[in-house]
Parts: sequence; structure tokens; C-alpha cells
Amino acid sequence: MFFLLATVAVAAALGMLIARNPVSSALWLVLNLFCIAGLYLTLNASFIGVIQILVYAGAIMVLFLFVIMLLNLSALPGLEEIEWSSVGGFAVGLALLSQLLYVVALQFELGMDPVGAEAAAEVGSAASLGEILFTRYALHLQVAGILLLAATVGAVLLAQRRFQ
Amino acid sequence: MDLSTAFPTLVTDLPAAFSMSVVGLVGLAMIVLDAFRNDHPAIPWLGVAALGVSAAWEATHLGAPQSTVFFETLRTGGFVAFINLIILLTGLATILLSVPYLNQLRYDYGEVYALIMFSTVGMIMLGSANNMVSIFLGLETMSVCLYVLTGFIREDEGAVESALKYFLLGAFSTGFFLYGIALMYGATGTMALPAMAAAELGTLSTRLLFWGGFALFLVGFFFKVSAAPFHMWTPDVYQGAPTPLTGYMSTATKAAAFAALILVLVHAVPGGEWQLSVAAVAVLTMVIGNVMALAQTNVKRLLAYSSIAHAGYVLVGLSAGTSAGYAGALFYLLVYAVMNIGAFGVMSMLEWDGKEGREQTLSSLAGIANDRPVLGSTMGIFMLSLIGFPPLGGFAGKYFVFAPAVDAGLTWLVVIGVLMSALSAYYYLRVVYVFWMQSADDVEATDPVRAAAFPRATVAATGTLVVCAVALVVLGVFFGGVLETTLGFFESTAMATAP
Repeated sequence: MFFLLATVAVAAALGMLIARNPVSSALWLVLNLFCIAGLYLTLNASFIGVIQILVYAGAIMVLFLFVIMLLNLSALPGLEEIEWSSVGGFAVGLALLSQLLYVVALQFELGMDPVGAEAAAEVGSAASLGEILFTRYALHLQVAGILLLAATVGAVLLAQRRFQ
Repeated sequence: MDLSTAFPTLVTDLPAAFSMSVVGLVGLAMIVLDAFRNDHPAIPWLGVAALGVSAAWEATHLGAPQSTVFFETLRTGGFVAFINLIILLTGLATILLSVPYLNQLRYDYGEVYALIMFSTVGMIMLGSANNMVSIFLGLETMSVCLYVLTGFIREDEGAVESALKYFLLGAFSTGFFLYGIALMYGATGTMALPAMAAAELGTLSTRLLFWGGFALFLVGFFFKVSAAPFHMWTPDVYQGAPTPLTGYMSTATKAAAFAALILVLVHAVPGGEWQLSVAAVAVLTMVIGNVMALAQTNVKRLLAYSSIAHAGYVLVGLSAGTSAGYAGALFYLLVYAVMNIGAFGVMSMLEWDGKEGREQTLSSLAGIANDRPVLGSTMGIFMLSLIGFPPLGGFAGKYFVFAPAVDAGLTWLVVIGVLMSALSAYYYLRVVYVFWMQSADDVEATDPVRAAAFPRATVAATGTLVVCAVALVVLGVFFGGVLETTLGFFESTAMATAP
């Protein structure tokens, strides 16, 4: 499950970078965000997974698309012909390197102990997140509010027309 | 977790966040006031009052014992009070120097002062962090405000360029930083700094994970304090940013970031395995900063390279890894803040091109000291102190970062440091020479003649510069008391962390 989601996420990120049309680039990003949300869900971080879909893939992407359409960005000109032989060589080299590193890693017993699923489920819920956010990190929450206000004020300050 | 005690604990801990709350709330009040009375002239004075009150509060807490508050996410005590004092006083001086400068440019927006306040809140959180979350949040709050402050003079392409560079590279370095924190958390399972030191790094993989994460974390920090080879943004950004705010960026930011770095080195990785890598960065930073500064004709760019070099001197103190080294670094941060905010302040008073001093050369200011003796003589003191000339604060500061490094066996590092500061005398003295000993007739015809477009030297701004200059002399002569105070912070932390 992890490898499926991770592969799709990486492929979608690449697609976002390569796409010549801003709209399709944004849609690739949506796919990427969905995969990341899936990763969160497999890690039992249900709250963050849902928020990732609602906020990032939902609200922020809608804003992205609006901005792209308002600015009326046209697609970039097409690429020059890519030399596929060098791309293939790079891929083979990368595969060999990762194989070697994997063997070396096995030699040194570089395995990590996974965290138990129960422990992850315990900290991943909205209740436990809220609890820690309003006790241990209560002050940090206020400062994060100041950070967001500063960003908003700054954006207006940088983007406003001069009115005098 | 039992929630019934949480709220009372937060309330009893509130006095520890006095400065943060006062500065933050007054910043909010400034925004609201600005919304109803656009660019009201009282807004900066509101900020001055809040920063002054907070600084007075911190000054009374210099001797306070070390402790943690807010569920061990923030530290209190002498160290924090000292750093907060530097940050708050720097903010105070910045506002006083900014008022005439921004008036001259007709950019005296109320929001600018509010952003300075918000940035100060972030720095306070950064300098008192005992937890990775606090460090990251403080760093971001500080940086986001600074990105805006760099570029708010939108009509000048140089300011926009520097803001964009700062923002892109800053966001990139934040990525490194966050990735480092994630790896360190993965290896130790905790965000709290003292718990990181106590965590078992049993297998090779966890150790690799931890040290890899720590390296990335250091990269993020080195970017913020503009240490080589992560210094590339500094000259362009400092040259294009509004001059008094450049002074703020180069002093308060570094004080806060170095404070957090010291906290991490003391509490999270006390072993000292990082000593040699920090020393290597220190060498690179000192050499690159000083050598590049030799060729500069623009004073702001020169001061940018000089601030890179000074970050290197502080790193020398850190790489000693002893209480004396940390104490010396703290003292150096204080001295550096005073002399650099002064130097940038003088340059902001001597700016005539209307482009944040981006295009005016040093020689266009030839003989300026004869017209403006106060600015000329304070600049002389700042420059001599930046060299490290004996009776001034810069000398004492350099001595107390170099001496512990020698004691720690890093003599080669100190030799390079001393050679480099001898080299720096050339470009600092050239400023003094041009200011005092040349006259406007010596200027080549290719240099544009300066117009009488300097910002009005208000009493508050000139007074700030004079106070900075006097403080340097005082720090240079009576350094003993301050140094004993800073040394005390680390003696008591050593006792607190010992079992």
C-alpha cells in the first residue's frame, strides 16, 4: 500500500513539474496531495489525512485554479526533443546505485523498528491533537496566529496599489 | 493527560511570556489603530513604549534562575532575559532610526512598525526555545515578517529583487531545517531539547538518522545567520533592503538564531561531536566575508560581507564548546548588535539616492564628516569597534570568543581569525578615511554628486546613534560585569543538566 501510494505521489509530483499547461500542472498537484493524504491514513493519522484532503486538495487548490484562470496563463511552449538514451542511462545508474546502497544498508543492519499501530492510532485522532494543541502548545497557537496575521498584512502591504 | 490542571498551569506561567505578550498585543493594537487612523504618527511611539517596557522587565530578570515554562516548551531565566534584552533594544533602536528614514522615502506605513513588533515576537520565541516546535515557529514568524520588511518599498526594483531572493532562498532553507527536525524526531522520538540528549541512539541506523537530521538542521541555521557557504543571499538582500531594517535583520535575527543554536548545542547535543564541522564553517565564513568585503565600493554591501565575517567570529566561540566559549559568544552578540545597528543607522542618515542606498558609492560621501560631525564621529567609533580596536567593545568581544577557542585546542582557528580581523582593518578604515580625510573635491567626476536629500536627523535618531557609540566604549572598558553575567548562565545550566 505504501509503495503504491508513494510511487503515485512521486509520479504526480514529477508530472506537476513537467506539465506545460498550468491547469494540468495544478491537477497533478491534486493527485499528489491525495496520495499524501492516503499515506497519512495508512499511518493512522486520520485527522491530518482528512484535513489534507479538505484544506489542501479542496480549498487551496480551488484558489490555485481561480488564480490561474484569472491571470489567463497560457501554456508554455513545447519542449525540445529529449535524448532518451541519456535519460535511460540515468535511470539505470540510479537503479544500480540504489541496489548497492540497499546491500550496504543490509550489511549494517539499518532496519528501523516500526512504531506500533495502536500507539499511532492513539496520537492520530482529532481529540488527542486538540488536547495537546490547547495545553502544551497553547502559547504556540497564539504565535502561529500572529504569524498568519503578519503574512496576511504583508501580502496586502506588498500587493496593494499606492493610494495617495 | 489530565486537563484539570492544564489551565491553571498556563495562567501561572503567563508572566514568563511577558515580553512576548506585550510586544505581540501592542503590535495588534498598532494594526487596529492603523486601520482607523491611517499611518498615524503615534504608531511608532506605541512600539517604542512597548519595547521599552519589555526591555525594562527583562533587565530585572537577568539574575533569575533557569527554569522551563509552558509544559517545558520555553525556557526562562538569565540567558533568555539577556537575549531578549538584546532583541528588544535592537528593535527599539530600529524603530527610532526608521521614523526619519521612512518619512524621507514617504513610505511611513503603520504596518511596517507592526511587522517589526511581530518579528520581535518570533525572535523572542526563538531565543527562549526548549522544544523544536518553538524553534521552528519562532524562526518562521521572524522570517515571514522580514521577507515583507525587505520588499515593501515596491517602487524600487532593487528592493523587490532582494525580497524575492530572500523569500525563495529562505523558504528553501526552511525545507532543510524542517526535514532535519523531522529526522531528529524520528531518531529520538521527542521534540524537547533535553530529552533529545537523553535519548538512546542504540543502532547505527538511529545514529545515522539523528546526525543526518542534525546536519540538515545546522544548514538551516547557518543560512539564517549567513554563515558560508550559505551566505550567498546576504549581500544582495542587505543592499536592497531599507537601511535601518537591514540593521535590524543583521543584528536581532543573528542574536535570536545564535541563541537558539546555543540552546540546541548545550541541551540537545552536549557531546561536542560537532566541534570540528562548526570550526570548518567558521573558517570559511571568516575568510569569505573578509576577503570579499575588500573589493566593495558600496557601504551597505561592505557591511553585508562584514556581517558574514562577524558570524564567523561568533562561530569560533561556539566551536570551543565550553561555557566560556558560549558566554563569549553571547557577549559578542551584544557588542555586535550595538555596533552594527549603529553602522547601518549612520548609513541610513547619509542616504541620498532614494533607492535604499543601493547605488551610492562610498566615495560619494567623501568629507561628509565635516558637514555632519556627529554622524562622522559615531561612524568612526563603530568602524574601529568592528575592527576590534582596543578600548572599544569589539576588542573585548573578539578576545572573549577567541580565548576559549585557544583553550579548547583550536589554535589554528584563532590564528586564522586574528589574521582575518587584521585584514578587515583595511576596508573599515577606508570608510573612516573617506568620511574624514577626503573632501568633495577629491571625488572623481564619474561619481554622482550627492544632493541634499539626506533624511532629517531627528533628535531621537541621532540620540540612538550616540547612545550606541557610548555603549561601545562602556562595554569595551567595563566588560567584566557583563561577561560574568553571561558566564553565570552556563555554569548554572551545567549544574541543572547534571544528574
